[in-house]
Amino acid sequence: MNGNLRRHLAELEQATELNALQKCSEALRDHYAVAHLGYHWVSADGEQYGCGTYSPAWIGQYVQNDYVRIDPVILGCFQRFHPVDWKELDWSSKSAIAFRKEAISAGVGNQGYSIPVRGPSGQFALFSVSHNATDADWLDFTEKNRRDLILCAHSFNQKALEIEVKRRPEPSKPLSGREVDVLTYLAMGYSRGQVAQTLNISEHTLRAYVESARFKLGATNTMHAIARAVAEGLIVMGGAARNARGAWPGRDTAAAAE
Amino acid sequence: MLRYVYGSQLENFPKLADTMFRDRACQFRDRLGWDVAVDENGYERDEYDAKDPLYVIWECADGRHGGSMRFLPTQGATMVNDHFSHLMDGNEIRSPDIWESTRFCLAKGVESRVAAALVLGGIEIGRGFGVTQCVGVFDARMVRIYRMIGASPDVLGSVGTGLEKISIGLWTFDPVDRMKVLMRAGLSSDVSEHWYARAFGSKPNKLVARAA
Repeated sequence: MNGNLRRHLAELEQATELNALQKCSEALRDHYAVAHLGYHWVSADGEQYGCGTYSPAWIGQYVQNDYVRIDPVILGCFQRFHPVDWKELDWSSKSAIAFRKEAISAGVGNQGYSIPVRGPSGQFALFSVSHNATDADWLDFTEKNRRDLILCAHSFNQKALEIEVKRRPEPSKPLSGREVDVLTYLAMGYSRGQVAQTLNISEHTLRAYVESARFKLGATNTMHAIARAVAEGLIVMGGAARNARGAWPGRDTAAAAE
Repeated sequence: MLRYVYGSQLENFPKLADTMFRDRACQFRDRLGWDVAVDENGYERDEYDAKDPLYVIWECADGRHGGSMRFLPTQGATMVNDHFSHLMDGNEIRSPDIWESTRFCLAKGVESRVAAALVLGGIEIGRGFGVTQCVGVFDARMVRIYRMIGASPDVLGSVGTGLEKISIGLWTFDPVDRMKVLMRAGLSSDVSEHWYARAFGSKPNKLVARAA
């Protein structure tokens, strides 16, 4: 995980409309130095929503030919929730062979990796990266970046759910009490072991709350999650609740004497 | 053998699915006395079976269900967040790295290694998809089984006492455990990866698979 990805995710977080998501997808494509990258929310009603770096000509071709009905990536990933290397999909049908040929000549790339995302109330989306590479190089790329790509996929989806309030099935939730506790103590410099002990939970449990908070905050690691939680005022350093009054012996009498 | 099957793929395995849902009725209604719904086919199915979960199923030599469990991603609807979040003081667990695992079921009379094989299935999912932890609801009777197979969870919250105690558990996948679990399941690493690849198209630990 490098600083650039964090910056891109921060920009994604600021997005308030689909055009900004589009810009983020382009920036991430450059960041990963891949041929293409896209986010695709597929509704049950057949409406497609998303963004990506594919050429307008290819998108036109795709929509016009209704390729969503034969695209092995869509068919193979729809309603799944495990990341999929495109090689693992079924490309054996006549229509899939022809489709693949067209996609490659449109510059999509000969390799691809998709992360299906299941959101609230059966919402479904797909985040994909594709490239021209050997099997070995692509394997190195996907294994090395899988964790970050999964985070990108969910960050795009969360943002899309936020922007498209009308499409969104239910509101996303702020940090839970335990998540606030855990991040607050970590922000205070407690070690994981100390936090676990203080909250009377195991370190594995602590990890689950950190991961859950990290995901909600779109953060790349624990430090990033803490920084974001502090920046957004979700936690307050020092451990006091935000509306708790301060106190200092003698302060009130000193104030009264003035 | 281990099968990894999404709900929408169960129709390809009619005998396996039929015996799985019956065995679940047998375990959860008859043996554990849970208040679960059993339909006219004798199937124990709930709302989460309708959400196209991923099942890890042990298939016996005769094609019948030997044991199973059910996975769902925690960003969507899960039993823990929908119905048991009060056990965690209203906290929810939602992360792409954490899946929910429920309905851990063993057919009556199967060898104990089946339970270990199911745990192995969970570990393979962890390796293959980057899932680091699983969360799930379990009752007091399961504690002994989990201990026996070396998969005791951390407890996030509980309600009730004695045999009526219901808890939310958190399992953390540790690749180091894999060898131990393979031994308990009486399986080789190769055969496990083969079963996984048959379901998902390639082996869970792809880089190692290539180097080998």
